[in-house]
Amino acid sequence: MNVLEFLSYGFVQRALLAGTLIATLCSVLGVFLVLRRMSLIGDGLAHVTFGSTAIALALKLYSASSLLVSLPVVLLSSLGILKLTEKARLSGDAAIGIVSAMGISAGIILASVGGGYNVDLLSYLFGNILSITREEVVIAAGLFCVVMVLLTLFYNELLAITFNEELAKVSGIRTNLINAVLVLLTALSVVLAMKLVGIMLISSLLILPAASALQLARSFRACVILAAIQGCCSVVAGIFVSFATNLPASATVVLLNLMLFGCAFMLRYVRNPKSNN
Amino acid sequence: MPDEVVRTESLGCSYRVGPVLEDISISVAAGDYVGIAGPNGSGKSTLVRALLGLNIISSGASTLFGIPSERFNEWSRVGYLPQHVNLFNPVFPATVAETVGLGLLSLKRFPRRLTRQDRRKVDAVLEELGIYGLAGKLIGELSGGQQQRMLLARALVNDPELLILDEPTAALDPETRERFYRLVSDINRNRGVTVLLVTHDMGTIGLHASRLLYLDKRLLFYGSFDEFCHSSEMAALFGEHSQHLMCHRH
Repeated sequence: MNVLEFLSYGFVQRALLAGTLIATLCSVLGVFLVLRRMSLIGDGLAHVTFGSTAIALALKLYSASSLLVSLPVVLLSSLGILKLTEKARLSGDAAIGIVSAMGISAGIILASVGGGYNVDLLSYLFGNILSITREEVVIAAGLFCVVMVLLTLFYNELLAITFNEELAKVSGIRTNLINAVLVLLTALSVVLAMKLVGIMLISSLLILPAASALQLARSFRACVILAAIQGCCSVVAGIFVSFATNLPASATVVLLNLMLFGCAFMLRYVRNPKSNN
Repeated sequence: MPDEVVRTESLGCSYRVGPVLEDISISVAAGDYVGIAGPNGSGKSTLVRALLGLNIISSGASTLFGIPSERFNEWSRVGYLPQHVNLFNPVFPATVAETVGLGLLSLKRFPRRLTRQDRRKVDAVLEELGIYGLAGKLIGELSGGQQQRMLLARALVNDPELLILDEPTAALDPETRERFYRLVSDINRNRGVTVLLVTHDMGTIGLHASRLLYLDKRLLFYGSFDEFCHSSEMAALFGEHSQHLMCHRH
């Protein structure tokens, strides 16, 4: 099969379209999360997504319909993480750990009660970008627009709280609101990304493009753009490499991201060896 | 009083360990340069944070420009430079111009977009503080002195009427520190900006500030440095020799 023939398949077109949209979202949000030391929130929310997907499957809601359960549960859990850090005087990682454990245990119990792990649940664990449906592409495109509009509107506020939350407060920025916006946008992106790379690998899509961009960027804006470019390129290249080598697409996307991070790190070292001391 | 910038009445703040500030009543007039001094843990930073609504006030009240601190929202009138140690993530990828531009967000309504005119304002304040050449540089690549100037530019870019500096020179060498304080004095004199400066260095207050506020959980002294130097109560508190040394530099 040649490349043009491969591209003519509907499932490939859907994977490329949804993949680049979701990768862009995750990469851009990842810059803010990594700099705010909240990188693992993706992992925590992914585990909640696992639990909520188990609920959806128990209710016989499959594919796009499972979002009816996953979206509200994950959005509420993301706010729960924020509230735990504010009210229970826990650090962000502890709050993420609590919500994460809750999500994964709920998922395992529900899967066990429902007759063990089934194929659907496993596809969410490891992701299967090539199985994205037309409805899921439409939902991904809609949510991509919502998230990008909100990110554009709140860009300066997000930058301000990422630089220093206290200074942002004294600039009149409602930091609680902006923090809530950031975790809600992350929750939306995680729910979308679970089909792409799977629950096990979601963090890599949030962290690796941002980590690479941080090696090379000469401004915050450039950092956001570089992260988005890496996210998109890794998904497109990952789908083609997976086609050529018959490897799982999601893991290939993650490995490509890892290689790009290695390249960015080396490039920074070559450009300025002293910066690594 | 129309030109009263800061007022506190019996202000008190508590942490879980107990009260850190009790019964502070002060008034700061427009154009004043107040140096806030006291030993470690005396409540200096707590006081300025309470004024800004960043610490919860447990008793009494404080106002900024006549508005209670907890309801204050005219942030474009205030410039704030917090303690340096809490500020910098060395890998933060923003440039000096991007970071200073954040100081203008207090002037903006949602969505807070920066215009070409705002960028000219950023350039102007960088020029004024002598760091225009660093505009495109990443903030993690600046020296300690350059970082402090950049943060001062951020605090000044919105043309504030009140500038609050919390131990701004702790990480600087003596020469850079003195240059920084001269700059703040010029801003106070030339622009008429009211300054509240938290510092351990009584000598700096003597040289630059118009008033001294000395705290040790309670207000021990609030007045001019000359009054401090001639106060027998202060001589009793510090010992005559220490008081003489502090005032000698003045």
